[in-house]
Amino acid sequence: MSVEAREARQPWILLSPALGAVTLLLFVPLLFILVYSFWLRTATGADLAGFYLDNWQEALSDPFYRDILLGTLRIAAITTLVCALMGYPAAYFIARSRGNKAILLLLLMLPFWISYIIRTMSWINILGVSGGLNTFLIAVGLVDEPIQMLYNQTTVILGLVHFLLPFMVLNIYVSLEGIDTNLEDAANSLGATRWQSFLQVTLPLSLPGLAAGGLLCFVLGAGTYITPLVLGGPRDAMFANLVFEAIITQLNWPLGSALSLMLLVVLGALVLIYNRYLGMAQLMKGLG
Amino acid sequence: MMGGLGWNLIRGWTLLVYVFMFLPVAVVVLLSFNASQFGSFPMTGFSFRWFIELTQNDAILRAFRTSIILGLLTALISTTLGVLASLALVRYRVPGANVISTLLIAPILVPEVVLAVALLLFLNFLSINKSFALLLAGHVIFTLPFVILVVQARLVSIKRDVEEAALSLGANPVQTFFQITLPLMLPAVLAGALFAFTISFDDITGTLFWKPGGVETVPTQIFAMLRNSISPEINALGTVMIVMTVGLPLLGAAIARQMARKSGT
Repeated sequence: MSVEAREARQPWILLSPALGAVTLLLFVPLLFILVYSFWLRTATGADLAGFYLDNWQEALSDPFYRDILLGTLRIAAITTLVCALMGYPAAYFIARSRGNKAILLLLLMLPFWISYIIRTMSWINILGVSGGLNTFLIAVGLVDEPIQMLYNQTTVILGLVHFLLPFMVLNIYVSLEGIDTNLEDAANSLGATRWQSFLQVTLPLSLPGLAAGGLLCFVLGAGTYITPLVLGGPRDAMFANLVFEAIITQLNWPLGSALSLMLLVVLGALVLIYNRYLGMAQLMKGLG
Repeated sequence: MMGGLGWNLIRGWTLLVYVFMFLPVAVVVLLSFNASQFGSFPMTGFSFRWFIELTQNDAILRAFRTSIILGLLTALISTTLGVLASLALVRYRVPGANVISTLLIAPILVPEVVLAVALLLFLNFLSINKSFALLLAGHVIFTLPFVILVVQARLVSIKRDVEEAALSLGANPVQTFFQITLPLMLPAVLAGALFAFTISFDDITGTLFWKPGGVETVPTQIFAMLRNSISPEINALGTVMIVMTVGLPLLGAAIARQMARKSGT
């Protein structure tokens, strides 16, 4: 074999274990559940291989699934909006502050290292019947009995915002940091007020970061089932809870496959639209 | 020039955002030292009681052992795969490198629930039931993209000149890799491994699908304990986890800085 041919083969040898793993453990399994979603779970619990549309018909036409899917998208949208409103000024402050930027950034990274389940359940200590807030309200005499604040849709959104906010702040920060501050100065010296130069120069230039953070918050938020289980009530199930129910509790794997694919198609479409207009590079900047 | 009312408003807002992010976690740590037998306010005294109880709880110790073994194996496999792939992507001109990168990043673009379902059902079809092996396969596949992103970002900054110098001075490629490239890459490799370990150690979404009955990791153990109200033990367990997953990276960063300083002189 010539030296060139060996040179050309080397990267493929290095790549093959990782590509093999992704193929065998992700792409083939995804194709498999696509096939599986057309099988039928019979009353005896055995799977009937074949091409049955029953699961898809149930998943797509039953108003129960449709309502929960829409509810899930709504929760994810509100969460994303709240993250953007809370996160943008914070990201702006970090990007433009001088002295303590390193500490602010370190603190911003810390939540990524703190377990998701701990951060989610930590709200029970604050909002629970004997939590911090109720203890405080009773101590100052505002209420006589503890208020039930937990286990509703608002606390689910609260938990999701708490979990996802760092993703948003980090992505906006990365894009703000990449903007040449001379542009803002130029706008100011040409007579724009600070607010005008922000609205017309800085904000538009930071939109890619805002979009990347928004995509992450929406997709991660819409795919969760732990937060509603810990902070939601019995009626606050999200779509991923239905998948969990179908697969783990009811053991109806063909139906679970169809529901999983529905979620994948809806969220995957968002990722594709994002990729079409902004490209994956922006997203990777924030993650790496 | 950054003074003014607007800037102060933004500063105040940022402070509130940080309080929002850290207050609940701080309360977990605070309550874990509460002497009261309920996992809630008021604080009745300062005590290490719940940490001592943790060390006597077999279920929790087992969960820790499972999580640590799973995390270490995940880190080992995921880092090996990730470093090899990153080397290929950074050091060679691979046709279609963009497509390959996207394929390798795919596990974080697919919602974790969907990944969990697909892997569970496919491996079950291949007669691999819920087991430690399935758990490991799952953890490897969703930590791999993070390892590749972290390692790749660090690898780019290592110059090829040093390797070329070694080669031109008569070292063969294998010698060059082990004596020059690997030591230079070590911080990147360790960062990737640490990342994989922490993500694996924290995971619950996929783990609940893949774990065999009776096997618990620390997060699933906490989740199971949450079913009956919040106990002080959960807060203590949470504190231990926070110390582990926050302390390890900080320690790692300190060691990396130390190593960089040594190799710099």
